[in-house]
Amino acid sequence: MVFGGLRAVDHVNMHIDEGEIVALIGPNGAGKTTLFNCVTGVYTPTDGDIKVSADGGEVTRTNGMKPNRITELGLARTFQNIRLFSTMTALENVMIGRHPKLSAGIFGAIFRDSKTREEEEKVIEDSLVILKKLGLEKHANEAASSLPYGAQRLLEIARAMATEPQLLLLDEPAAGMNPQETRRLDDTITRIRDEEGITILLIEHDMSLVMSLSERIYVLDYGKLIAEGNPTEVKANPAVVKAYLGE
Amino acid sequence: MNKILNEAKKSALNALWIIVLTFPIMVIKVNTINATVRWRWMNILWVGFGSFVLSWMWRYFLDRRESGGSSKSDDEKPGRIVKIRKTLAERRVRVPTLVSLAVLVVVFPFLVSFYQVGIMTSALMFVILGLGLNIVIGYGGLLHLGYAAFYAVGAYNYGLLYLYWGVPFWAALPLGAVSGMVFGLLIGFPVLRLRGDYLAIVTLAFGEIVRLLLENLSGFTKGPEGIAQIPRPGFFSKLSLQGATIYLFYIAIVLVLLTIFVMRRLEDSRIGRALEAMREDEIAAQSMGIDLTKAKLTTFALGAVWAGLVGVILAGKTTYINPGSFTLMESVMILVAVVLGGTGSIPGVILGAFLVTLIPEYFRALQDYRMLMFGVALVVMSIFRPQGIIPKVRKHYRVGGGES
Amino acid sequence: MKYFLQLVLAGLTKGSIYALIALGYTMVYGIIKLINFAHGEIYMIGAFTALIIGGVLQITTALSPLFILVISLAAAVFFSVGYGVTMEKIAYKPLRKSPRLTALISAIGMSLILQNYVRLAQTSDFLPFRSMIPNFKFLTPGKSLVSTTQLVILVTTVVVMVALTLLIKFTRMGKAMRATSQDKVMAQLVGIDINRVISMTFVIGSATAAIGGVLIANHMGQINFYIGFLAGIKAFVAAVLGGIGSIPGAVLGSIVLGMTESFGAGYISSAYEDAFAFVILILILIFKPSGLMGRNEIEKV
Repeated sequence: MVFGGLRAVDHVNMHIDEGEIVALIGPNGAGKTTLFNCVTGVYTPTDGDIKVSADGGEVTRTNGMKPNRITELGLARTFQNIRLFSTMTALENVMIGRHPKLSAGIFGAIFRDSKTREEEEKVIEDSLVILKKLGLEKHANEAASSLPYGAQRLLEIARAMATEPQLLLLDEPAAGMNPQETRRLDDTITRIRDEEGITILLIEHDMSLVMSLSERIYVLDYGKLIAEGNPTEVKANPAVVKAYLGE
Repeated sequence: MNKILNEAKKSALNALWIIVLTFPIMVIKVNTINATVRWRWMNILWVGFGSFVLSWMWRYFLDRRESGGSSKSDDEKPGRIVKIRKTLAERRVRVPTLVSLAVLVVVFPFLVSFYQVGIMTSALMFVILGLGLNIVIGYGGLLHLGYAAFYAVGAYNYGLLYLYWGVPFWAALPLGAVSGMVFGLLIGFPVLRLRGDYLAIVTLAFGEIVRLLLENLSGFTKGPEGIAQIPRPGFFSKLSLQGATIYLFYIAIVLVLLTIFVMRRLEDSRIGRALEAMREDEIAAQSMGIDLTKAKLTTFALGAVWAGLVGVILAGKTTYINPGSFTLMESVMILVAVVLGGTGSIPGVILGAFLVTLIPEYFRALQDYRMLMFGVALVVMSIFRPQGIIPKVRKHYRVGGGES
Repeated sequence: MKYFLQLVLAGLTKGSIYALIALGYTMVYGIIKLINFAHGEIYMIGAFTALIIGGVLQITTALSPLFILVISLAAAVFFSVGYGVTMEKIAYKPLRKSPRLTALISAIGMSLILQNYVRLAQTSDFLPFRSMIPNFKFLTPGKSLVSTTQLVILVTTVVVMVALTLLIKFTRMGKAMRATSQDKVMAQLVGIDINRVISMTFVIGSATAAIGGVLIANHMGQINFYIGFLAGIKAFVAAVLGGIGSIPGAVLGSIVLGMTESFGAGYISSAYEDAFAFVILILILIFKPSGLMGRNEIEKV
C-alpha cells in the first residue's frame, strides 16, 4: 500500500486459515492498521491482492470493494480508537451490527408486515444474546459513551460479532485495559473462537496477551514482514528483538 | 458582593465596547441624496442598557454551561420536559388528552374565522416540512440548506401540470411526492462524498439554482410572475372558498398524522438505525455493512417526498405560486424550526414549526424582527441547548425481549 | 477586441473583490475548520461604515475627498475588525469543542443577525454611494477600457496580497498561524496562544473584507444590507475552488470565478450570472474537492 512516497505496507504476504487466532505485531507505525484498512476496504491497495474465501468455497478478490461489501462477505473489525455510536445505547450498537443479516427496507419499515415484525423482534433477542456472551447485558439500555472503558472495547467486539463474521479483525483490543480486564479479554477472545467458530486476527501491543492467545504471529516493521511463526519462534527471533528494542 | 461588582464591571465594559462598535450603524443615519445626517443619540442608551444586561446574562449562562456538564445527562436528570413526557406516557393521561385533541381538531374550523383556519393550515404544512427536513438533518445528520427547492418542485409540479395539461389536485398530489423524491435523488448524487460543511453549501447552491431556473426559464415556468388561478382541491365538485379552506385544513391534518406515523415507524426500523449510525460515524457504519451511498440517497429522497407533497398543497391553497416563495430564507426558516424545536425529535420539530409560523403571525408587531429573532434563536440554541427545546429521547428496550 | 478586454478587466475587478473576501473564509477555515457564514456580512458592514462615516464627513465638513476616503477606509477596517472579533468571541468560541454542524448553524444565525441588524438600524433600501475616489487625470486616454475605480481596486488588491504574504511568511504571528492551522494541539504545546492566533485570523480576514466592501461601494455606487450574502457565497466558492485553507488558492479561485462570471455574462447570458458560481461549486466539489491548489485531507482510521 503506497501513499504518495511512502510504502506503508511493503510486499506483505499473509494467510489466515479458518479457526486460527493470528496476531499481527510490530512497533508503532509499522503499518499494521494500514494493513487492516486494506483488508477491510477502507483503503484500496495500490498493489497486490486480498483474497477471501467464504466457507472454504469460492475465492473472492476484495481489492477495491467498499467496506460494507466486505463486511457482508464475512469480515468484521474493531477500531484502534473506539468508534462506537456514542449517543446510541449498547443494545442499539449491537443491533446495528445485525444490519447486513437483515433484509427489511423502507416498505418493511413503514408497513411493518409480519415478516418485518418477526425480524425486528429477533434482532432485539439476538443482540441481547450477544451482549450476554460478552457480559455486557446489564448495560443494554445505557448510552455507549457512558460505559466504562473496558466495556466499551468489549462492546465494539460485540457489535462486530453481530455481523456474523467468519473473520474478526481486532485492532488493539486491549489498549488501555488493566491486567484484570486483559485477562478477561483473553478468555473472551478464546471463547469467541471456540464457541462461535470465528477466526481471529488481532493487532496488539500487549505482549503477554499476544503470547498467551495467538497460535501464529506475523511481525511487521516499516511496512515489511520481518518474521512469522508461533509465539516461541517469534520471541526468540533476533530481528524481532531488534525491531522492538533497537540495536 | 465583590463578585457582583466584578460582574458589573465586566458587563459595563462589554456594554461600552458594544456602544462604540454599533455607533455608526445605530446612531448615524446618512441620507446621501439630500445630504442630511440624522443623529439618533437615544439609541446609545438602548444599546448600552441592553448590552449591559445581555452580556451579564450571557456570561452567567455560559458559566453554567461549562460547569453543568455535558448534555448527555438528559436521561438521568429529570428535567421539566422529561416529567411532562412521563405524565403523558401514562394511559390515564394519554387517552383523554388524545381524545380531546382529536375533538378539538375536528371542530376547530367551525369555531374560528376562516382566516385563522388558513393560518393553522399553514402551520400544519410547516410541520410536515420540518419533519421532512428532520429526516435529513435529524436522522441522517446531513445539514440541508436548500430544502425549499423540494417545496418549490412540488408546488410547480401541480402548477405546471395544471397549466399545460389541466391535471387536477388529487392527481397532482402523488406526482408531487414523486417529483420531490426524484429531486432528492438528484441532489443526493453529487453530495455523496462530501463532508458536513461542504455538503451544506452544495445543498444551498442547489436550492438557489432551482430558484434561478424557475425565475429565468420564463417560457416554461412563467418566470417571476408565477402561475396563477391554480384550482383548489374539489370534493366531488368545486368548493366555495370557505369550503375549500376547511377542506384543506382537514387534508393538512391527515397529512400531518400520516407523516408522524411514517416517521415513528422509520425511527424504529433497520433503515432508521442505519441512518442514525451513518450520522454518528460514517466509517464505523460502513464497517457494519451499511451501504453509505444507499443510505445517503435514501435520506435525501425520503426527506424530499414530504416537501413535494406539501408543495402541491401550497399551490392548491394559495392558488398562486412564484419563485419568490421558495428562497433561501424559506429553507432557513424550516431549519430554524427543526433546530429550535429539537433536531431528531418529532414533538420537538412540531413545536418548532408552530413557533416559527405562529409567533410572527400572532405578534404582528414583531414581523420586521422575525429574521433577526430567528438568527438569535439559532445562535442561542447552538450554544446553550443544541438538542432543542424538546430533545430526542432514546428508546428503552425491555431486557429479556419485547419493547417498552 | 475591445469588448474582450473590457470583459477581462471586469473579470479581474470582480475577482479582486472576491479575493479580498475569500481570504477571510480560507484563513478562518484553515484555523478552526468553520465556514464563517457571517463573513460576507463583515464585508457589508465595511461598506456601510464607509458610507456612513464618509457621508458624515462629506456633508458636515469640507475635508478633501481623498482625506475622507482614507478616514472612511480606516473606519471601515476598524469597525469590521471589531464586528469580526466580537462575533468570534460570542458565537464561535463557545462552540470550539462542539460538532462542526452546530458551529455552522451558529454561523448561519450570526449571518441572519448581522444582516437584519443593519437592515433595521439603517434601511432596507439601496443606499447610493458617491464615489470618493478622485479621477486620475493621466488615465483619460484609457478611460473607456479601465475606469479609475477598477484600477484602484486592482492595485489595492495586489498591495494587500503582497502585504499578507509577507506577514504570513516572515512574522512571528504568521508562523504561529501556519502552525496552528496544521496542528492545533501541537501548536498549543509549543506555547502558541491559540486564542490570539484565532483572533488575529479574524482580524486579518475582516480587514481585507472591509477593504473589499469600501472598494465595491465606490465602484458600484450603491449598497444595501443584502450584498454581503451574495458576495460571501461567491467568495466562498472562490476559496473552495482554489483550495480552502490555501491563501494563493483563494486568489487563484477568485480570479477564475471573476473571469467566468464576466465572460459568462458577456457572451452567454447575464441573467444566469449568479448561477455560474453555484455550478462551479458543485462541479469542483464533485471532481476535485480539495480545490485547484489544496491538499487532500485523509481521515485517519
